[in-house]
Amino acid sequence: MDSQWTQFLAGGLTAGSVYALVALGFSIIFNASRVINFAQGEFVMIGGMSAVSLVATAVPLPIAIAGAIVIASVVGLLLEKLAVERAPHADVVTLIIITIGASIFLRGLAQLVWDKGIHPLPAFSGDRPIALLGATIVPQSLWVFGAMVVIVAVLSWFFGRTLLGKAMLATSHNRLAAQLVGIDVAKVLFASFGLAGALGAIAGVLIAPITFTSYDVGVMLGLKGFAAAMLGGLGSFAGAIVGGLVLGLLESLSAGYISSAYKDVVAFLIMLVVLFFRPRGILGALQSIRV
Amino acid sequence: MAAICKARVLLLVAAIVFGGGLCTIAPAFGQEPIRIGAFLSVTGPAAFLGDPEQKTLEMYVERINASGGVLGRKLQLVVYDDGGDADKARTFTKRLIEQDKVDIIVGGSTTGTTMAAVPLVEQAQVPLVSLAGAVVIVEPTKKWVFKTPHTDRMACEKVFADMRERKLTKLALISGAGGFDKSMRAECLKVAGKYGVDIVADESYGAADTDMTAQLTKIKGTAGVQAVLNAGFGQGPAIVTKNYKQLGLTMPLYQSHGVASKEFIKLAGDAAEGVRLPAAALLVADILPDNDAQKPVVVAYKRDYEAKYKSDVSTFGGHAYDGLMIAVDAVKLAGGTDKAKLRDAIENTRGYVGTGGVVNMSSTDHMGLDLSAFWMLEVRKGGWVIVKPRAI
Repeated sequence: MDSQWTQFLAGGLTAGSVYALVALGFSIIFNASRVINFAQGEFVMIGGMSAVSLVATAVPLPIAIAGAIVIASVVGLLLEKLAVERAPHADVVTLIIITIGASIFLRGLAQLVWDKGIHPLPAFSGDRPIALLGATIVPQSLWVFGAMVVIVAVLSWFFGRTLLGKAMLATSHNRLAAQLVGIDVAKVLFASFGLAGALGAIAGVLIAPITFTSYDVGVMLGLKGFAAAMLGGLGSFAGAIVGGLVLGLLESLSAGYISSAYKDVVAFLIMLVVLFFRPRGILGALQSIRV
Repeated sequence: MAAICKARVLLLVAAIVFGGGLCTIAPAFGQEPIRIGAFLSVTGPAAFLGDPEQKTLEMYVERINASGGVLGRKLQLVVYDDGGDADKARTFTKRLIEQDKVDIIVGGSTTGTTMAAVPLVEQAQVPLVSLAGAVVIVEPTKKWVFKTPHTDRMACEKVFADMRERKLTKLALISGAGGFDKSMRAECLKVAGKYGVDIVADESYGAADTDMTAQLTKIKGTAGVQAVLNAGFGQGPAIVTKNYKQLGLTMPLYQSHGVASKEFIKLAGDAAEGVRLPAAALLVADILPDNDAQKPVVVAYKRDYEAKYKSDVSTFGGHAYDGLMIAVDAVKLAGGTDKAKLRDAIENTRGYVGTGGVVNMSSTDHMGLDLSAFWMLEVRKGGWVIVKPRAI
């Protein structure tokens, strides 16, 4: 393997891990409500910006990160309580439009609460690059990979072993049946927004030391995360992760080997091709078999 | 003043309703005022340009009026906010000319808004001093159009001149997808030959890209690269700088004047060490040599602006300062506000020492700056250091 190849791979996996986390947030809310939450990117932004402003007030980094995750989950819960829950009989399209409105609102609010500037967050463990198989990566990339693996483990424990997790999974498979066996579907929806908010914030905090953060980072990350979720199969957790990593790698490799100018084009083009032949995404079909 | 502020609140409401900002500082009494119109991008994506420009114009119009105005006449400033939209800029220019009957226009903030106004001012024969960067505004020369900021071509030339001194000839270019980035890239490609610089790689990245290691890895793999120039703006160049360090690239890295602010050092952190970039004197007001002609001007402007608005001075506000002062000087020279005489007076600006440099206009040069307007800076220990004073 030549060093260019490993460098592209490392860059792609870092970006891909973040896309995967954002995609997971999309899938969790989609499963609970069939709604695509377009404010998912804003959770990422709120996570990053909250961490930055907490660090600026001399709070130690780990506490700032925890605080940022709490803030974003609360915003997620509030969004569900104040906007989504208020429209109980609205159809899915209306709810999606509500989330678009919420994302614009949150972005505007962020400009007022914070500012329009770009902010760095200190890296978790320094900036000294690490040489690995001919590539050089920053330690923060390892944090991103590591955090994603941990989150996947925690989520599979949550959905497989806890009552709330099982309830959420049951709701995603068959909402009516879940309701009939006594699952409080409204509570599941509420919890899913909180969980999606937390996941978004984790992505935002992880990526901020590498790419900086500002009030509008959510737009592009939300879009890429949505693309990843679609690519992997919306609603499938494994699909979100595969979709995220594949999208990240496609971007990085096409920038490296084809042309950096067409990076986004290549990535989205391949996504279109996948969706054309497999409309449910790469892993979408697998999931329906499992059900 | 209280009355003005109250009026401003009302106008703000009007601005929200009608989608355009308007702020007038009216003269209190006396003769017919000198009307200075401005259309600036105070809000929207180019707000970082228009906001300090508006603040600067307001501050200095107030000051000039407080000290008796110009030729015994007060200045009246009419500012519209075009939000960075060329169509709105056109509408507001029309309004400035026909309704507000201004004597001279200062603005727009961006090349796009300026170019939208050019046909109107040329037709109505009203002098316009633009605050935008691109060469197209003054090249070819337009009879009624002038500009104060240095151009991206000058930035390229400054970098190439520095490369020549360091005996570097093979350059890799990496640029963003924004208007500023693309324009600078094109200008650099155009003038590279003149300085014997060979562009051996030409990479680009998207506006919202957050990882440029792929592009830089390609540059790393290109044979013979001796220096890298990043034509960019916003967060991109800071990420490029960090990625550059991450990949262990050691050849000199140049950034553009687009990131000449403390913000860049803050974002890129340690990775910014050793990065060179061309910048205007205003940025390094504190460390300019004492005998420099521009020193008193930039130090005073920086002090006044920062004292009044409690935020860091930017070169963009400086462009507005220069625009206003050139207009005021022209009124003095012309002895009034006859538009044709005013235009001739601007064209005859010689030796005006501003924040952007020493301005010497002529019938073929409606900007009047040369390469001495730029200083080559290097980041050392988290601050700026002047590489060499006043080299051309």
